[in-house]
Amino acid sequence: MTSVTQNPTSADKAQAAIDAHSQEFLVFSLGDEEYAVDILKVQEIRGYENVTRIANAPAFIKGVTNLRGVIVPIVDLRIKFNLDNVEYGGQTVVIVVNVADRIVGIVVDGVSDVMTLTPEQIKPAPEFGVTLSSDYLSGLGSLEDRMLVLVDIDKLLTSEEMALVDGAAEK
Amino acid sequence: MDISDFYETFFEEADELLGDMERHLLDLDVDDPDPEQLNAIFRAAHSIKGGAGTFGFLVLQETTHILENLLDHTRRGELTLRRDIVDTFLEAKDMLHDQLDAYRNGAEPDPEAFERICRTLKQLALDELGKSMGSDASAGAAATASTAAAPASDPEPAPRADKSSAPAAGGDASSGTGKGETRLQVALLKVGEKDRQLLVEELEQLGEVASQSGDEQRYVVEMTTTVSRDDIEAVMCFIIEPDQLEVTTLGEAAGTAAQEVPAQAAAPAEPQAPAQPEAQPAKSPSAQPEAAPPAREDKSGKAKAAPKGNKAKSGGESSSIRVPVDKVDQIINLVGELIITQAMLDQTASEIDGVTHSALHNGLNLLKRNARDLQESVMSIRMMPMDYVFSRFPRLVRDLAAKLDKDIELVTEGKSTELDKSLIERIIDPLTHLVRNSLDHGIESPDVREAAGKSRTGRLTLSAQHQGGNILIEVIDDGAGLSREKILAKAHNNGLNVSDTMSDDEVWQLIFAPGFSTAEQVSDVSGRGVGMDVVKRNIQAMGGHVEIMSRPGEGTTTRIVLPLTLAILDGMSIKVGEEVFILPLGAVLESLQPSREDLYSMAGDDLLLKVRDEYLPVIALHQVLDVADARTEITECIVVIVQGEGRRYALVVDDLIGQQQVVVKNLETNYRKVPGISAATILGDGSVALILDIVDLHRLSRRKSNSRAAVTTSSIQEVHPS
Repeated sequence: MTSVTQNPTSADKAQAAIDAHSQEFLVFSLGDEEYAVDILKVQEIRGYENVTRIANAPAFIKGVTNLRGVIVPIVDLRIKFNLDNVEYGGQTVVIVVNVADRIVGIVVDGVSDVMTLTPEQIKPAPEFGVTLSSDYLSGLGSLEDRMLVLVDIDKLLTSEEMALVDGAAEK
Repeated sequence: MDISDFYETFFEEADELLGDMERHLLDLDVDDPDPEQLNAIFRAAHSIKGGAGTFGFLVLQETTHILENLLDHTRRGELTLRRDIVDTFLEAKDMLHDQLDAYRNGAEPDPEAFERICRTLKQLALDELGKSMGSDASAGAAATASTAAAPASDPEPAPRADKSSAPAAGGDASSGTGKGETRLQVALLKVGEKDRQLLVEELEQLGEVASQSGDEQRYVVEMTTTVSRDDIEAVMCFIIEPDQLEVTTLGEAAGTAAQEVPAQAAAPAEPQAPAQPEAQPAKSPSAQPEAAPPAREDKSGKAKAAPKGNKAKSGGESSSIRVPVDKVDQIINLVGELIITQAMLDQTASEIDGVTHSALHNGLNLLKRNARDLQESVMSIRMMPMDYVFSRFPRLVRDLAAKLDKDIELVTEGKSTELDKSLIERIIDPLTHLVRNSLDHGIESPDVREAAGKSRTGRLTLSAQHQGGNILIEVIDDGAGLSREKILAKAHNNGLNVSDTMSDDEVWQLIFAPGFSTAEQVSDVSGRGVGMDVVKRNIQAMGGHVEIMSRPGEGTTTRIVLPLTLAILDGMSIKVGEEVFILPLGAVLESLQPSREDLYSMAGDDLLLKVRDEYLPVIALHQVLDVADARTEITECIVVIVQGEGRRYALVVDDLIGQQQVVVKNLETNYRKVPGISAATILGDGSVALILDIVDLHRLSRRKSNSRAAVTTSSIQEVHPS
């Protein structure tokens, strides 16, 4: 930033700094909890339908579906995170994400909005969590009275316990 | 855009050119070579050299350059072909291939191999051309001697020759020495140290080097030689470009400046050269040989022009385009989607009244037909002729036959039979192995054959043909056939479970066991016993199988049966509970509704089904795959007898839906290997169905029942015959 020919106004500079470090997140809900994933990982959002069950797979792997000719596994994070009231209805949506050169669909209760978080708004994840290890979190986003759990979707979906990738544990 | 972006194109092109070159070399009739073929070989080398130069692959360029020069001599008829020369060319071709591979992997080619092949080629040039040049030279000397005599009677021709052709000048000068010796000054321009040493060494072989001096820019060697300057140029040009060379005739010690016609001067004069033979023979028939060297120079002028012309021609003729496979696969995917959409539309439309909406129905029918045609055409893009595989065998057979000292004739049939690209690439290795086996173990040596009353020349046939949705590839030899006794004895030694009452087919299958070889001697060709099991595994991995037919004394036929494509599978759709699965049709033997009295229980849990005196283990699909709401009363279910890897069992399903072709989709792209499942497909309604893996399903069932054995369950009791 030393050899900028045009001298931008200080307001512009500040905005640029925010843009450079802030991240956009897609916020979704699982039960009453709010989670968020890096929006750059999201390919599309679609309804939950036509899922073919896969035998002998963990319960949170709902099966596979046809995404325009591509076979995509569908994971239900509500089951994975031990939430009650796992229901499939018109509001149930699938967020299709791209991780590690794979396409995976994750079932959530609903998608609310897209948020921009500045580095100050992202707090480190606490060192606890039995169901959801803090390894799979990139932090907690605080927005006034809301708390967003920022999920590191790459780490989570390629982890051994998700059993989505070959070489991971059998069950 | 970086030039390296074009590397891949060059590599592919060069690969093809080398393939062409090899094919032509193998086809070449040594005694009466077809000029067109020689030209084609030359052109291939030339094009590779050009490309290598452009991309800065110096070693490759250098090697092709030397080869090209030799080929140029060959096609001009100055180098008489012999079998060993063709062998050398083939060896050079292999070397080029290695170098190409090295460059492709971003490495520099092996310099030692490069040196070796250059030396071989140069030696060949020296031996062959040197000889013919030697004779040329003496002929030239004789000719000039006679022309030298000629001026006495007719002073005109000699000065004319002088003007138009430098060699004639050289000849004239040599005629002055009387012994045919000439003093030449050879100047090397911009030649590196290494090449220079090489060149000087070669010059020393051609004559006596009197002095040498100079630097890299201009290095002058003075020498006395009986070889004409033409020939010196020819030899030098194997290493350097013509414009790096200046040969000047100094004549006798008192060589006059007037006679020093620089070699370069001869070049512009070339077009005049052909006039010479016309002028001279009329005067003196004995002068004719002299016409040869200038004529050659003239041709070399043409040779440089010719490849350019050809290049332009081939550019205009190009009727194919290179497309990355993934692009084609994407089209195939999209067309598959289109077909599914079309099927969905069809289904919806069938509920609409056909009379009032006849136009819609007609339109849909048209769409259906077009979509199918489109699918077929797109699938055909991936198809490649078997020639792609077969074309590598003439070379292999030729080399092996020579190594094994056998006479073998290779016949290929059905070269145009098409097979999916992914399969064709994977069939090469197994097929190579089978061919090697046939040559080594199958076909006997000529003497043995003669003693057995067969022709000395063995015959190996490679054939390919379509049969239904399969392709049959056969390797047929007319050799000794398999020996039942030897195989059984060997199997016994290897600890395999065999008996003398086994059928021939079963005995032949034994050779696919790991570590099996009955060869009395392990050769470097085959006999190590690795291989046949690998062949079988590879082919099974492609969804095919291998059959062997053999008769003692008459030969062996190995038949590979492969599906035409991996992308489409003939399947039988079945229903268990509410779920639909696809069984590969190839694995299905029959289906039936079992009756209570044919069912037997074993060790409490296991169930056996008696089908025509055979007891088959029963595997219930709903148990293995945990399907809910499936029928549990086995006598109300359908049993499908399936076979995989030689193992048969009865698979219990609820219903058979029907037979259909399905597009195979990989599960592992986005998910992972699922036990008991080989792949997935998309059904007409857009939902996903899983394709069952017959062999893995059996394994899975065993694992499950083992773990179940620990737990007592009541659900099994229901299935149990009471």
